[in-house]
Amino acid sequence: MMAKSLYLLSVCLFCFGIVTAQSFAAEPMLKFETDEQAATYLKLTKDHRCLKCQNQNLADSNAGIAQDLKREIYQRVLSGDSAPDISEYLVSRYGDFVLYRPPFKVTTYALWLGPFILLFVGLWFAMRISRQSRVQREGPDTDSLARARELLDD
Amino acid sequence: MLKFLPIAIFAVLVGFLYKGLALNPSEVPSPFIGKLAPEVRGPILNAQSSFNSQDMAGQVWILNVWASWCRECVVEHPQFVELAKAKKLPIIGLNYKDKSEDAVAWLSRFGNPYNNIIEDQQGAVGLDWGVYAVPETFIIDDKGVVRHKVIGPISEEAMQQKIMPLLNTLLEHAS
Repeated sequence: MMAKSLYLLSVCLFCFGIVTAQSFAAEPMLKFETDEQAATYLKLTKDHRCLKCQNQNLADSNAGIAQDLKREIYQRVLSGDSAPDISEYLVSRYGDFVLYRPPFKVTTYALWLGPFILLFVGLWFAMRISRQSRVQREGPDTDSLARARELLDD
Repeated sequence: MLKFLPIAIFAVLVGFLYKGLALNPSEVPSPFIGKLAPEVRGPILNAQSSFNSQDMAGQVWILNVWASWCRECVVEHPQFVELAKAKKLPIIGLNYKDKSEDAVAWLSRFGNPYNNIIEDQQGAVGLDWGVYAVPETFIIDDKGVVRHKVIGPISEEAMQQKIMPLLNTLLEHAS
């Protein structure tokens, strides 16, 4: 019994070891002074686009320009720059396109608000149509019919 | 009248999508257009001196990012060789992530239109200028403002129909 659970435990530890080794395999060289710096670096490389291979973020890309930008981000993180500062540096060089999440500003209002506006327009039409078909199905109410008859009789 | 609203919205959407087909997604607009060009300092290829972009103040100039390993640079190079013959304005080369000896060999084969060539072996200057693909070409006016950026090779037509008129207006304006 004891031997069996020990065996299971060692298998589990072995698997865990493989998983953690893999998750760090992508960036084997980078060393950070604090966990915070590592988190900042990971977040920045995830949130910024590789301009050469446009549907990849920096973290996923091995293109030359992505490596350069990762090195730049790494050095800036180590020298104590904050994430917004580094992001601003990248945007000032490469434009908003380097961001995976477009900022909410005048030129992107249509992008952010457009879908909601279209949704409301669609809902409004759906309501109108369903009301019309109900009127057709049920026919006009008796009050209106009485009034119409009165008007016709006059 | 209201009946046609969904069709109108659909038509507008189709219009946008149709326009989107004609756009080139690899051309990312540069945030530098209309802004002061970043300062460049760096060693000059095959010389002991170094380049300083402040020395370019007061003149219209071109910064052309190229490398000997870049295939498309060969396509646009004759346009620069031709432009250099007219001696209208300085053309500065930025030799991006290249080896000096390769760059020199490439120039002796295809011609050297550059007044100066900045060596950028690490790509640090390129990073400062937002370069992400070679070749790229910047046009900077006499006040140091970036007026135009071309991503990818400049064809003969583009040089004649777009770049030359722009350069002529800038040069006229500067003098």
